[in-house]
Amino acid sequence: MLDFDLTVNGRRYPVRAEPRKLLSDVLREDCRLTGTHVGCEHGVCGACTVLVDGKPSRACLIYAVQMQDHEITTIEAVAKDGKLTPLQQALHEVHGLQCGFCTAGIVITFEAYLRENPRPTEEQVREVLAGNLCRCTGYHNIVKAILRVANERRDAQA
Amino acid sequence: MKPAPFRYHRPRSLADTLQLLVTLENAKLIAGGQSLGPMMNMRLVQPAELIDLNALAGLDLIAEKDDFLEIGALARHHAVESSTLVKKHCPLLAEAAGTIGHYAIRSRGTLGGSLAHADPAAQLPLVAATLGAEIVVNGKRGERRIAAKDFFVSMMTTALEADEIVVSARFPKAAAGDRHAYLQFSRRTGDFAIVAVAAVLHSRKLRLGIGGAEDKPLVFEDFSAHEDPQAIARKVREAVQPTESPRVPALYREELVEVLVKRAVARCLTSI
Ligand SMILES: Cc1cc2nc3c(=O)[nH]c(=O)nc-3n(C[C@H](O)[C@H](O)[C@H](O)COP(=O)(O)OP(=O)(O)OC[C@H]3O[C@@H](n4cnc5c(N)ncnc54)[C@H](O)[C@@H]3O)c2cc1C
Ligand code: FES
Ligand code: FES
Repeated sequence: MLDFDLTVNGRRYPVRAEPRKLLSDVLREDCRLTGTHVGCEHGVCGACTVLVDGKPSRACLIYAVQMQDHEITTIEAVAKDGKLTPLQQALHEVHGLQCGFCTAGIVITFEAYLRENPRPTEEQVREVLAGNLCRCTGYHNIVKAILRVANERRDAQA
Repeated sequence: MKPAPFRYHRPRSLADTLQLLVTLENAKLIAGGQSLGPMMNMRLVQPAELIDLNALAGLDLIAEKDDFLEIGALARHHAVESSTLVKKHCPLLAEAAGTIGHYAIRSRGTLGGSLAHADPAAQLPLVAATLGAEIVVNGKRGERRIAAKDFFVSMMTTALEADEIVVSARFPKAAAGDRHAYLQFSRRTGDFAIVAVAAVLHSRKLRLGIGGAEDKPLVFEDFSAHEDPQAIARKVREAVQPTESPRVPALYREELVEVLVKRAVARCLTSI
């Protein structure tokens, strides 16, 4: 067992865990942040995606012990003061989710992606979304929600 | 889907890393963890000691030298794909890096990890071989540079000694007027390619790299741009010997080699 601190969503969490414990498990079990979901545990499904120093990363392919000097952001910190971000609001309004299992990973991925590329084409959105599996929606409404946010930004800038 | 227990080390210098590598038994380096992580979670690999390279400073630099770009082992795929230096001087590398896995995989996976892992269908080994890159490694015998054609030995096997780590790779700069193409076929976006083809046209000479067909990237150097793309594609097809596998018959890979080579060559020629 090792004792170390993790910084998650700007807060420090003292953790006692084996080095082999996955970041996804430490977030859920030790930090009690269960918004990060776990699907495949080999990097394919995207459900566990969190931000490491602002960059989307699979929490199931990181050992928590590796994250001592890094800032982790999970879905819990995306909405501020209970107010949904435009992306979350759009997903809600255009039915971009059904069971919601994949949603946290998708929101985290696209909050980062839209910061990097605020006005993606539909093709680009679909290419990035290929890294997040959704068994319910068929993806169309997720794409619609993301493009709606991108277009709103475009209009706001015009 | 949980890894077996291991001890964890996070060296802060190259010297400490190399020291750990020679003293520890059954040790593994971890960089991005995007290949090692899945293998450890599935317990296909069970190192007793894990040496984390992520705290090594300066190993993620992308620097312009005289006639090559030097890219540090810890440069993430996404940094390579979006670097203005790489886009300008090694556009084939930037384009191919942008097709690796998914956005989140590229944010974390590293150049050094991909070269050391040496998956026969991986983008970066293919590009390194096609461009004639040099892999810079360091170990207890000191630094040495290995040509990509000697570095990739076979499926997931490289010329790296047990006490060595990849520190960077040197990719020759493209000359003005060079053309390139990167094409791959995979079943789903983000899957490893079944066959991948990299092509470079340099002063009317075509160089072709084929990934996924055999146990390491293959390079064909002496085609003339005056030859018919279809004729080149047939020759390359006849020269490769894909391994038979229950899920992907050798014949299927041969067909892909021919089709992708033809398209890649045509793309190089029409973009003149
Ligand atoms: C869902 C998914 C899809 C993917 N799709 C693709 C794809 O389409 N194409 C592709 O090429 N890859 C793909 N990958 C793999 C990804 O590119 C990895 O990043 C890469 O193969 C290994 O780099 P890494 O930094 O993650 O290395 P790690 O996983 O940390 O290490 C891989 C191996 O290299 C060794 N190693 C790491 N760094 C060094 C070093 N500096 N010196 C010596 N040895 C070292 C490790 O000991 C280990 O054996 C995918 C991964 C996932 C999870
Ligand atoms: S649980 Fe991490 S990618 Fe599926
Ligand atoms: S909404 Fe159910 S998996 Fe995506």
